Amino acid sequence: MNMASTNMPAFSVPVAHAGVSMAGLSEKVSIRNLDFFYGDSRALKSINLALYANKTTAFIGPSGCGKSTLLRVLNRMYDLYPGQRATGEVMFDGENLLDPKVDINLLRARIGMVFQKPTPFPMSIYENIAFGIRLYERLPRAEIDARVESALRRAALWDEVKDKLDASGLGLSGGQQQRLCIARTVAVKPEVILFDEPCSALDPISTAKIEELIDELKQDYTIVIVTHNMQQAARVSDFTTFMYLGELVEFGVTEKIFTAPGDKRTQAYITGRFG
Amino acid sequence: MAEIRKNALYARRRMRDSMATSLAYAATLFGLGWLVLILAVLLFHGFGGLSLSVFTENTPPPGSDGGLLNAIVGSIVMTVLAIVIGTPIGILAGTYLAEYGRHDKLASVVRFINDILLSAPSIVIGLFIYEVMVAPMGHFSGYAGAVALAVIVIPVVVRTTEDMLRLVPDTLREAAASIGLPRSHMIVRIAYRAARAGIVTGILLAIARISGETAPLLFTALNNQFWSVNMNAPMPSLPVVIFQFALSPYEEWQSLAWTGALLITVTVLALSIIARSLTARKS
Repeated sequence: MNMASTNMPAFSVPVAHAGVSMAGLSEKVSIRNLDFFYGDSRALKSINLALYANKTTAFIGPSGCGKSTLLRVLNRMYDLYPGQRATGEVMFDGENLLDPKVDINLLRARIGMVFQKPTPFPMSIYENIAFGIRLYERLPRAEIDARVESALRRAALWDEVKDKLDASGLGLSGGQQQRLCIARTVAVKPEVILFDEPCSALDPISTAKIEELIDELKQDYTIVIVTHNMQQAARVSDFTTFMYLGELVEFGVTEKIFTAPGDKRTQAYITGRFG
Repeated sequence: MAEIRKNALYARRRMRDSMATSLAYAATLFGLGWLVLILAVLLFHGFGGLSLSVFTENTPPPGSDGGLLNAIVGSIVMTVLAIVIGTPIGILAGTYLAEYGRHDKLASVVRFINDILLSAPSIVIGLFIYEVMVAPMGHFSGYAGAVALAVIVIPVVVRTTEDMLRLVPDTLREAAASIGLPRSHMIVRIAYRAARAGIVTGILLAIARISGETAPLLFTALNNQFWSVNMNAPMPSLPVVIFQFALSPYEEWQSLAWTGALLITVTVLALSIIARSLTARKS
């Protein structure tokens, strides 16, 4: 099958042998015929993809394949930069989030993002979390305290910072800062969390902690993670998307993609022959 | 190792290295030497004149004792007003350049004009304010002096604000956007906070810059031998008093000029040190 001409990715979904039941899966985000342009250059070519609720989907592929671009379409982060535009459909709860009428700030509250480099705000640990909460809710101090604590617990950071909540978030270690950013994202109560190579600036122990966290978070959130690290994709994700040169080459259950990929290019990439 | 030491190429390189190092040290000493000399001369001539009366008495008529009170107060009043006018305009324009106008043609034009203004001779600014304020009003005034100083403040603050905001990484802007913060909130609550030390430093440097300006005040506020805080009338200032007194033949005036010069230099030095420590603490 010639994928480029049909624009259909190879859905490797004979799920019965893959250990993940397809029953009860619901599509949280549905991407249809998505194209993306940086000025005149087409960075994403007719992407079709479903992101399932309460599952972790990994985007893998060599540098420049468009996986981060695709991630940044999902919360319209590209909107910050003129000259970048997307066409097609990205359905999120019955609404095309590419529609210019969509309230972009509310959208981003519902689809949170964690970045490659930790990005704590220049304020105290407490304020880093409370700041986002106060954007949407007017709560008494005690309730904000409780929400801050639960967000920090959710991000497995509470025990390390509970005695220094007033200290600057910038004083934490890289791994702690990244968990602070996860807590900040969680505190806003999103439905989807996007991770853009969240561990690439972290040491192995911090990486393990974040991966563990991602695994727990998917009970409550739909998770998308871009990663360069194939072992990481294999460890944390339920579904994996392999992208190459702006095309979605293959999508499927992670175990299947890594053990029996349907496309030669996927196989070449996961066995380390390029990328 | 011994082999390499004897190598002619290596020996030449070492000699050049030590020559370059000593030249750099010599140039530094030469440059710093002038600064030390200036401070020493100022202290030598100015320190003797320092007394309480400098701060409690007005500028005297020739041949009698007095102080610099009216000039100090005039300088402070005009500087404060200039900062009050210039800082908000400068910060807002710098914000436009760094946050909103990054991809605008207009922004590069504004930046270019601001750079010209930044290096415009202050006497030209004085003449300009004379034309647009002093001539129509029919008299010199503290207002005109403050506006002239504000025109000097604006480009300094625009430039430092833009530079400092540009140092705020885009990832921080994206992080703010990622929790749904609108751009204007992001600027006020995240970017300004991250760049605060740098922006304050810019304002302090602007104060330092205008506190010694004489030319723009000569054409605008002129001077006043007497106590006056009426902004609508000619107003005394330290630099203009120094200019007038230093050129005079009277010894008391000359001595007061030295003291005034010392005061300004110490003020500028203190502002620079505060500015430095602010930026140092940040990094």
